[in-house]
Amino acid sequence: MNKLIISPSPHIHGEFSTKRLMRDVIIALLPALCVSFYFFGLGAMTVVCVAVISCVVFEYLIQKFLLKTTPTVNDYSAIVTGLILAFNLPSNFPLWLVVVGSLIAIGVGKMVFGGLGNNPFNPALVGRVFLLIARPVEMTTWPLPINMITADATTGATPLAIIKEGLKNGLTIDQIKSQADYTFTYLDSLWGQIGGSLGEVSAIALLLGFAYLLVRKVITWHIPITIFLTVTVFSGTLHLVNPNQFIDPVFHLLTGGMILGAVYMATDYVTSPMTHKGMIVYGTGIGLITIAIRTFGSYPEGLSFAILFMNAMVPLINKYMKPKLFGEIK
Amino acid sequence: MSKKINILTNGILKENPVLVLLLGMCPTLGTTSSAINGFGMGIATTFVLICSNMVISMLKNFIPDKVRIPAFIVIIASFVTIVEMIMQAYMPPLYESLGLFIPLIVVNCIVLGRAEAFASKNSTFSSILDGIGMGAGFTLALTVLGSIREFLGTGKIFNFQIYPEDYGLLAFVLAPGAFIVLGFLIVIVNKLKTTKN
Amino acid sequence: MEKLKSSFKNMLLSLALISIVVAGLLALVYGMTKEPISQAEKQKQEKAIKDVTPDFNNNPTDEKFEIEISGGDKLTVFPAKKDGKLVGIAVETNTKKGFSGEIKIMVGFDIDGVIKNYSVLKHAETPGLGAKMQEWFSDTSKPTQNVVNRKWNSNMKVKKDGGEIDAITAATISSRAFMDALNRAYEVYLKVNESDLQTQESPE
Repeated sequence: MNKLIISPSPHIHGEFSTKRLMRDVIIALLPALCVSFYFFGLGAMTVVCVAVISCVVFEYLIQKFLLKTTPTVNDYSAIVTGLILAFNLPSNFPLWLVVVGSLIAIGVGKMVFGGLGNNPFNPALVGRVFLLIARPVEMTTWPLPINMITADATTGATPLAIIKEGLKNGLTIDQIKSQADYTFTYLDSLWGQIGGSLGEVSAIALLLGFAYLLVRKVITWHIPITIFLTVTVFSGTLHLVNPNQFIDPVFHLLTGGMILGAVYMATDYVTSPMTHKGMIVYGTGIGLITIAIRTFGSYPEGLSFAILFMNAMVPLINKYMKPKLFGEIK
Repeated sequence: MSKKINILTNGILKENPVLVLLLGMCPTLGTTSSAINGFGMGIATTFVLICSNMVISMLKNFIPDKVRIPAFIVIIASFVTIVEMIMQAYMPPLYESLGLFIPLIVVNCIVLGRAEAFASKNSTFSSILDGIGMGAGFTLALTVLGSIREFLGTGKIFNFQIYPEDYGLLAFVLAPGAFIVLGFLIVIVNKLKTTKN
Repeated sequence: MEKLKSSFKNMLLSLALISIVVAGLLALVYGMTKEPISQAEKQKQEKAIKDVTPDFNNNPTDEKFEIEISGGDKLTVFPAKKDGKLVGIAVETNTKKGFSGEIKIMVGFDIDGVIKNYSVLKHAETPGLGAKMQEWFSDTSKPTQNVVNRKWNSNMKVKKDGGEIDAITAATISSRAFMDALNRAYEVYLKVNESDLQTQESPE
């Protein structure tokens, strides 16, 4: 069932298998998982468990009874989808909606196309975007982190949403930052002290996972780094032109699940380009669209839309960025 | 006689314009946000379809081949305008929710498609039957699609509350839901057709 | 009958004839539906006015007039009169501060400036969020978000702006726009109150 290697021959057989790769992704997500349990408490745990279990169960049921094929749940890919979906949800998200999101992610995002390897879009993101459109209220009021499991969770808007709303109200960036509900600092976001979905809160934990994935050669640096670079350059240019209307690039990098998306969602094997050159085009596209949506669009957050959009472009990128055949001379 | 019945039933499942021929996708996706909207759009299209099929089959020898498309379009457009005015006068709420999609019946592939493929070659009676059958198939598909979207999105069918609206998934009322539900409906129809054969 | 050949004469004749017949038919239907269409539109407007103003027995659409507010925009006012006496006004107000596009609201005030009711005529806010403004601000069982049957005052702002009204969950921008539209309508009420009320109330 290894559908990962699709480049032209010659091939060297590596020790990579879907199972091993997925296991590494899960390990890489562990630090962020622990941080989210720490900050969001019991709610985070139940959301993660429900998402993972329902993804696995739906995958098994659909393969066994609808597609009538041998279930492939033991390749861990459904677990990864469930984990990433949960990372995109608020910790106070109603559990029945987590189940609906998992059904959409696995059913509509993956199985209708024929299962792992055939899906053009990242399944977890399909689930997330569906929920965002289906239940905008629940998906845009995020719990603020708590330090103790017992404390009551309060809810609020994400830093990105606060900025967007303030700008719409005619305030400048500095004025918004002096508002009472704006408590965001860069240091906070490094550790995880900001409102947001489960997995977007702690930059350091996510980067730790990124480092692990690089060391284990599960992903290459191309996609995440190009996304970060594009975002920095694009939002930096805007910020230099008018610092009153456009917030600085560091803010963009640390908020809205930028790291989570760039490292764990954009790099999904099935839905990203095969060649390094293609990956750079793909990453640049994601960066540009994200900032365009965040600054000029109506949603405060644009990364998931950007990734899905570029997912759709991948076949085209692959077509025009074919690696040279072995021994081919131009 | 059985041939005539065949013409009538052809459009409902075997050659359902929406679910099998995949014609007229624009009003299908755009107007089916609720069962009543889908039904209203279906009825409006059926009316146009029957009238244009009838008139075109009557005039088929009078219209020279080279100008048949403009002639068909003029006839179809006038019936659409009539439907629009009548709806605006006597059914304002429906007119408001269907809005832009009424004039768009003119360019609905089904209407022109049936005029070209059927009415211009067959007798008036058969053409009327074809119009009724195709219209019924279209209305059926749109009503089913609208009901499912309304049910999943707002918990209602034909404005009748089945489960609390708070549990509705708004996405189904919006454009993405139209594509997803239509896709699954087509899957079901395909499945039915293959098991039948 | 033999099928007509595609000669120039035939084509011209056939298209011209079809067009003439069709034009005649359309003219006929137009004539038939013209009256009901304008009736339906008028009824719709009258219903919107009736929904938001105190009981009246005049014809507000015939007596409508425009008032200019600060910023230079003109809003339409429909006076509601009972037995010739002004009992309230309906103001067709609008705002461009919405999340997406213009919002049009019909707001009714009674003679004391109490909002009798409102009706959102047109909007393009996000479904499920800003689109809830018709129900949200008229829920009289929730005093912190309701604006109906209350006299307009300077605290009628969303909480975020220092007012006392709860914004629609996750839709502060739309809520703020709604309040802006109401504020503009109230400005009209004040102007009407200053000028027209006095002159109209005095015996003729």
